[in-house]
Amino acid sequence: MIIKIQGEIDHHTSEALREKIDKAYERYNAKNIIFDFSEIPFMDSSGIGVIMGRYRNSSQKGGQVAIVHLQPQIERVFQLSGLYKIIHRYETIDEALKMLQ
Amino acid sequence: MQYENEMKIEFMSKSQNEAFARVVVAAFVSQLDPTLEELSDIKTAVSEAVTNAVIHGYENGPGMIYLACRLEGNETYIEIQDKGKGIEDIKQAMEPLYTSKPELERSGMGFTVMETFMDVVEVRSIPGEGTTVYMMKRLHSV
Repeated sequence: MIIKIQGEIDHHTSEALREKIDKAYERYNAKNIIFDFSEIPFMDSSGIGVIMGRYRNSSQKGGQVAIVHLQPQIERVFQLSGLYKIIHRYETIDEALKMLQ
Repeated sequence: MQYENEMKIEFMSKSQNEAFARVVVAAFVSQLDPTLEELSDIKTAVSEAVTNAVIHGYENGPGMIYLACRLEGNETYIEIQDKGKGIEDIKQAMEPLYTSKPELERSGMGFTVMETFMDVVEVRSIPGEGTTVYMMKRLHSV
């Protein structure tokens, strides 16, 4: 499943976001998730919580999570969080798709 | 003479105001002509502090959040205060990955983000009275 989010991710927006993602994840019976961050200009640590939670759901199904097109500000929040140990980062969606297959 | 400016605002403790607060501070700091990176560092730190006030200070209930921002030369001072429940153990609260509300899928990285993106972060809190976060960032571009 490829998820493209548009807009800022903070505590306020993360609640609805989480719900939407989980619904779609179930409906399409997806396993792997690719997050396309190209249209996310801002994310704080609330976004880390969202990605961690989705990683948990996906790994229970034996899936993996990848992120692509990170903006520099968000990249630094990711680095801090240590999420790169469990989540793969790719430059493009094609690259992520290849690696996840 | 050294450049000086200051502003203070107060707003209700609502998650909608997390974006409002960081945008206001960014707009105010912009007069120093910081780099995009410095500006997003400040926005992220403000977002974390205000989110803490909303979720932990007031536990998503009613209350006011007080924000002050002062520019002195190339230094930006930011103060974010709530009159909520306060923090019993500040040291523990500031530990990376510690969260008092794991059920909310919080990452526990709020203070770590503030400390990484700002030059100084200080927290004062009295249980039952509230919490104030003081932050300072030196703008090297100025």
